[in-house]
Amino acid sequence: MAKKMHIQMTVNGEEQEFLAEPRELLIHTLRERLNITGPHIGCETSHCGACTVTINGKSVKSCTMFVAQANGADVTTIEGLGSPDSLHVLQEAFKEHHGLQCGFCTPGMITRASKLLEEIPNPTEEEVRFGMAGNICRCTGYQNIVKSILAAAAEMSAAKEAAE
Amino acid sequence: MIPAAFEYHRPKDMAGVLAVLVEHGDEARVLAGGHSLIPMMKLRMADVPHLIDLQDVDGLSGITVDGGRVRIGAMTTQSDIIGHAALAEAAPIMREASLQIADPQVRYMGTVGGNVANGDPGNDMPGLMQCLDATFILVGPDGEREVQARDFYEAAYMTDREDDEVLLAVAFDAPSGGYAYEKQKRKIGDYATAAAAVLLEKNGDTCSAASIAMTNLSDTPVWSEAAGNALVGTSVDAAAIDAAVAAMLGDIDPTQDNRGPIEFKRHAAAMILRRAIARAWDRA
Repeated sequence: MAKKMHIQMTVNGEEQEFLAEPRELLIHTLRERLNITGPHIGCETSHCGACTVTINGKSVKSCTMFVAQANGADVTTIEGLGSPDSLHVLQEAFKEHHGLQCGFCTPGMITRASKLLEEIPNPTEEEVRFGMAGNICRCTGYQNIVKSILAAAAEMSAAKEAAE
Repeated sequence: MIPAAFEYHRPKDMAGVLAVLVEHGDEARVLAGGHSLIPMMKLRMADVPHLIDLQDVDGLSGITVDGGRVRIGAMTTQSDIIGHAALAEAAPIMREASLQIADPQVRYMGTVGGNVANGDPGNDMPGLMQCLDATFILVGPDGEREVQARDFYEAAYMTDREDDEVLLAVAFDAPSGGYAYEKQKRKIGDYATAAAAVLLEKNGDTCSAASIAMTNLSDTPVWSEAAGNALVGTSVDAAAIDAAVAAMLGDIDPTQDNRGPIEFKRHAAAMILRRAIARAWDRA
């Protein structure tokens, strides 16, 4: 049995502390240790993006990060973006524009899209497609995912303008 | 996909990194962005009893552009390169190539140092560094030393770097003239079937300097001096481009794999180089 290390991280605003082997993959930490099952395991080889979370302001595939690397990090998953009672604008837009079919890729899609819209608040369709290229969907053909993200961007911009 | 157990080190400075490397020799490896090493560890193709995470080591990331000299710290990510205005001005080929590496998530983590030092023939930066005639700055127990990118690569995953050395930075003169990085890949996230880095200088209607490097077409990057020479002194007309492509094809040595048979790769290499030359000349 390999030596465990003391890990501390903030996940969706909540402080977490535990002992873990450094080789544990962050996606397993989230799903199996912390019961945060929004991020999914699709390919487990850093291709599909279903496990995407935000770590210290970066979109990261959590299957390709050891828990030891995330020691001290600030992690946000889909659970940190919205709740069933209060959907995130992106969640609402995906629902409205049929941005999902089976839904397996959706947590990764929305978590990645939230970071994309932070960096590019009013993206073109091309910028959305380029910025979402690390997330694979096997159902939708992407058209409605792109539509959902563009709709969310428009709504977020309108809300921001109204607030100003 | 659980890797073998390892001891995790996260030193705060380079002295701490070197101490672990000296103590454990080839049982220790440094971890930058991890997007090459971690997949290999998960497949248990890489066995790393001592993993040294570089994320807390000061002074390893950052881009400086100073009087036409560019220096990029080893832990600088592809995402940092894409977003750096002064670098995009001084060496736009860096941004153009970085945008073609992997996907957004991987570019947030993937570093110049990892891409350059891993020695994977599929990585894009080694060929680009050879095209730019970059210098690699390494540090080891005996201090710093410099190696030219064109002398660094020996075979797949074999480089001039010693086991107890760490890449600190890459440096190069900001290129002038036209540039292009062209890459043929099967899908987003895949390595190149063929890629070409081209820098061309124009004097009147004549090409006065040329540098051409190819990626994933041999067990090392291929800087084709002969291909560049075939363009110098010409107006980069059809005959000169044919000669450059023929010279490049004489220098590469692709192998058959899941990206295709050798003849297809040679075809792809020729096509991608033609495109890169045309675009670089157009921009010169």
